[in-house]
Amino acid sequence: MQNQELIDHLFRTEFRKITAVICKLLGIEHIEIAEDIAGETFLSALETWPYKGLPPNPTAWLYAVAKNKAKNHITRKFLFADKVIPEITSSLFKEYEFDVEIDLSDKNIADSQLQMLFAICNPVISIEAQTGLALRILCGFGIDEIANAFLSNKETINKRLFRAKEKLRIEKVKIEFLPQAEISIRIDAVLTTLYLLFNEGYYSESQDAILRKDLCLEAMRLIYMLVENEQTNLPVVNSLLALMCFHASRFEARKNDKGEMILYDDQDETLWDQALIAKGAYYLNQASEGDAIPKYHIEASIAWWHTHKADTPEKWENILHLFNRLLAIDYSPIAALNRTYAVSKVRGNEAAIVEAEKLNLTDNHFYFTLLGELYKEIDIPTAKQHFTQAFLLARTSADKLLIQQKINKLIKLLQLRKKRVLYLQLRADL
Amino acid sequence: MSNITQQLNFNKMDEFILFFRHEDGKKIASPEQMQIWMKQTMDWIGGIAAQNKFVGGNGLSFDDARIVKHNSVVTNGPFGEIKETIGGYIIVKAESADEAAEFAKGCPVLQGDGNSVEVRKLANGDGVH
Repeated sequence: MQNQELIDHLFRTEFRKITAVICKLLGIEHIEIAEDIAGETFLSALETWPYKGLPPNPTAWLYAVAKNKAKNHITRKFLFADKVIPEITSSLFKEYEFDVEIDLSDKNIADSQLQMLFAICNPVISIEAQTGLALRILCGFGIDEIANAFLSNKETINKRLFRAKEKLRIEKVKIEFLPQAEISIRIDAVLTTLYLLFNEGYYSESQDAILRKDLCLEAMRLIYMLVENEQTNLPVVNSLLALMCFHASRFEARKNDKGEMILYDDQDETLWDQALIAKGAYYLNQASEGDAIPKYHIEASIAWWHTHKADTPEKWENILHLFNRLLAIDYSPIAALNRTYAVSKVRGNEAAIVEAEKLNLTDNHFYFTLLGELYKEIDIPTAKQHFTQAFLLARTSADKLLIQQKINKLIKLLQLRKKRVLYLQLRADL
Repeated sequence: MSNITQQLNFNKMDEFILFFRHEDGKKIASPEQMQIWMKQTMDWIGGIAAQNKFVGGNGLSFDDARIVKHNSVVTNGPFGEIKETIGGYIIVKAESADEAAEFAKGCPVLQGDGNSVEVRKLANGDGVH
């Protein structure tokens, strides 16, 4: 590996660890100092390694430099405090200085990151700020990468993160292990953030395919961290990890070389990652050993059925039943549309059209795409009308392209039919 | 705009409770039959929930029930002198009793001869009750 590549790689894996440990040591109010110390550590590597050669153990080198920088920072603070407010605090700081131990052991890194996760995924800041901060602090993403992932710009993201850190400071959010009872309450917010992070990658419009995948993998890594810790290894956490494994298993199959979406029915299932599917099944099993909050569990079960490509009555009966249960506890337009699709598979298109027309999601392009699909084999002009409506409502070029392809197919069918009618008329005239 | 109007209409909606009335609660169904009803009920609820109009609901067990009467007289079960009993309920959001009644029409309980669904508006905070 070249120096630059190695440093990039280490940045990805080590920046977040150093930041978490130092931030845990100094407190959330010094989160920026922790970031700065971690950043300066890598700057030192960039300045030193090309000239003096790679150290034998680059990670250990980084940790040593980070420790020194952190110690210097604390000493500087001590000197300042000593001169300005000597009487009151000097003894306290002196003690602090001699005792300070910057512990970059695996255990403390894991603990610090986990505690940071709970500190950041805190409802006192907005969900966008939570995901942004998680990407920055827990995943070591650069500001421009975050901006790219959220289809935003650097300035907006910088402002958002700055405000979020201010808020965490004002609210005096602690970086600490929570008691078990509190974990069960706070875990929801953490999982919501990680679920969003994953979806951001899975459904992102960003052109950067590697970045999109990275978002998903990072979300999975953070959930894996929760599974690894005895206190946070809850059924609901396993459910969400299972769900992500099943979705991620289709990564390679759902886009073509040009980055265009390939719909589920058209995917080459030999590209599905069987190892990830097996992992997902494992976590889904783990999740069943307890009274999990059903939402993620139901979603993961639906995703499991989707890892079987063949259309069996059993598959769709089960999926329909699961969507019924999901909707009864947690309505979302997308679940309503998916349920209706399942109805078409179980009871036929006509029954599904009746259900679809009750949904009243007339500002949703998926709604009209679904209606188009359901009418396709019954009434082509009506189907075309619905697809056209979907095209008008679709916001991204990827969606518009997919819908246009569907319209083109129908136009071809209509032309063929016209020709046939003409031909029959001609024969009748003869 | 249409979205906002929809949202406003949504907030204006009332809640209705749908009681499942069984003509004869003592009739015993086979486990297979129960299973089919369960599925049909879930599907019926799913259709309402897909419109974001399902609030909640539950089945009521026919076992281990009591009737408490005036003067604290307690009898076992709802099946004393009257055979009719309530087997469950759901609560839905609807713009009118008629819309709620439309939902009720799909209730699998109605497959049973003599069974009925009673639709009643919940009186939460309408300023009258």
